[in-house]
Amino acid sequence: MACMHVCPTQAIRVRRGAALVLHDRCIDCGECVRVCPNTAIHPRTSSFSDFSGFRHTIAIPSPVFYAQFGKDVTPSAVLQGLKKIGFDDACDVAGASESVSIAIQEYLDANDSPRPLISPFCPAIVRLIQIRYPNLLNHLIPIESPMAIAAREAKRQAMQRLGLKESEIGVIYITPCPAKMLAVKDPPRRRHGFVNGTISIAEIYPNVLRAISESGGAGGEGEIRGLGLGWPVLGGQLACLKAQDCLAIGGVSDAVRVFEEIENGKLRDIQYIEVHSCPTACVGGSLTVENSYIARGRVLHMVQKYGSTPSRDRAEIRDLYQKNFFALHGKIPPIPLQPLDEDVSRGLQKLHQKRELYERLPGIDCGACGAPNCSVFAEDVVRGEATAEDCVFIAMRHFENLSATLLDKVRAHSEKVRHTGGPTS
Amino acid sequence: MAVPYTQSFDIRGRDFAHAGSASTEIKSLLKSLGINAAIVRRVAIAAYEAEMNAVMYAERATMTFSVTPDVVAISLEDRGPGIADIDLAMQEGWSTATHEMREMGFGAGMGLPNIKRNADEFVIRSEVGKGTTLKIVIYIR
Repeated sequence: MACMHVCPTQAIRVRRGAALVLHDRCIDCGECVRVCPNTAIHPRTSSFSDFSGFRHTIAIPSPVFYAQFGKDVTPSAVLQGLKKIGFDDACDVAGASESVSIAIQEYLDANDSPRPLISPFCPAIVRLIQIRYPNLLNHLIPIESPMAIAAREAKRQAMQRLGLKESEIGVIYITPCPAKMLAVKDPPRRRHGFVNGTISIAEIYPNVLRAISESGGAGGEGEIRGLGLGWPVLGGQLACLKAQDCLAIGGVSDAVRVFEEIENGKLRDIQYIEVHSCPTACVGGSLTVENSYIARGRVLHMVQKYGSTPSRDRAEIRDLYQKNFFALHGKIPPIPLQPLDEDVSRGLQKLHQKRELYERLPGIDCGACGAPNCSVFAEDVVRGEATAEDCVFIAMRHFENLSATLLDKVRAHSEKVRHTGGPTS
Repeated sequence: MAVPYTQSFDIRGRDFAHAGSASTEIKSLLKSLGINAAIVRRVAIAAYEAEMNAVMYAERATMTFSVTPDVVAISLEDRGPGIADIDLAMQEGWSTATHEMREMGFGAGMGLPNIKRNADEFVIRSEVGKGTTLKIVIYIR
């Protein structure tokens, strides 16, 4: 039941001993994957053979992947390793991260849309906003993710160089988390078709590690550079910006606290908020292999070593920004939660029923009913998704009452028997 | 005729650790009823400003929230210093916030004007040395 208690959006119930995910509330953050002792919850990433239909395959690893290996393994050695295990090509994403940072700065400078602006790059956070904070959708900065930009560019270059059609090229993202995976794969979450599939870091890591050690870790120095390498750690985005008054937030519960404040009209003097569903940002993704603190150290080391030289000319990026190169594809719609009732009057009745039931509950949030706490359980009951007797305390009281009635009946009967002189008379 | 849903919250002055929790609860109730997001935001801002005023200035307060299919009503009764000149307090930028409150990001003198801006009906009464009463109504339809 660890998963049910850890879920930040109360999207898990335990039914007949197994976890049930309520998909309309799930934001894909992967906290449940992290804590499940039985590894029962695991996202379905693709495997290598799923991409055999493409004539040309390109791996684009999240920069988190670079930090899974020892500090002597350079980012370019990691890309070489991916090619060795069978991808036709492997392209860096950190360069796109740096370009996107410049685009963010341009957007901040040129727009006076409602502040604070919120980063749209963690799909779990975007989904949290779509479901619970539709009021904040217009705070999301309308800029495409480094993953999408890198994928689109890799495809375009391969088409030019090899004379292939777009449909013949498969771009596969090496993902640190289920949120990115679902953002690519799941149609309602999917906004563009630049990325064709994902493989988790955990799954591909052993093969790439072997390939790198077989080649002695060689892979050239310095081709991959820029501050984009720092994006996987908390504050990595902000380090690329000139803007002051920015915040970096990690973890859904802290994100919720800040979103509540923004909804209440606070934090208007903050320019930009970098938000991640993972407390330590992307290096803490639930599909990674390395301890997130070690990985963070490696990222900072890479930034120190390769960060000072920009990957691309700033003026060139500005020019691309003006041409809408970074503009977000498609609108991000709200995904409203099912209200208590379609009819507000009946919804009000259900609120009353919920409160009445809640007052009869023990309030210790034991979870034995299969809901994460008493309040959620009371709501499940009024929504008709559970019954009050699923609560052991209510069931026990029910049983006590029943047995008391039964006992009374037995007593009354024996009294009667005694007075009439026994059943045989 | 639908029965309104009513809930009361006790607010303690200077209790900054729990400040905002009543407004958060009110928002979550309205969201569970499926009330339009723009209305929820207006209620959120008005409720939060009212709650923060009580936390900052009053000793104690009771905030009562009530919702029907047509309106959201919030009333707040506090025991506190009261407001000597309500017209002045309603002016944007006017504030009696201390340095400490300003350090915490409050006291821009926008609280009461913000409530008024987001409310469809707004009544404020105050008696110096006794306390202040606010009534806020926001129409749902």
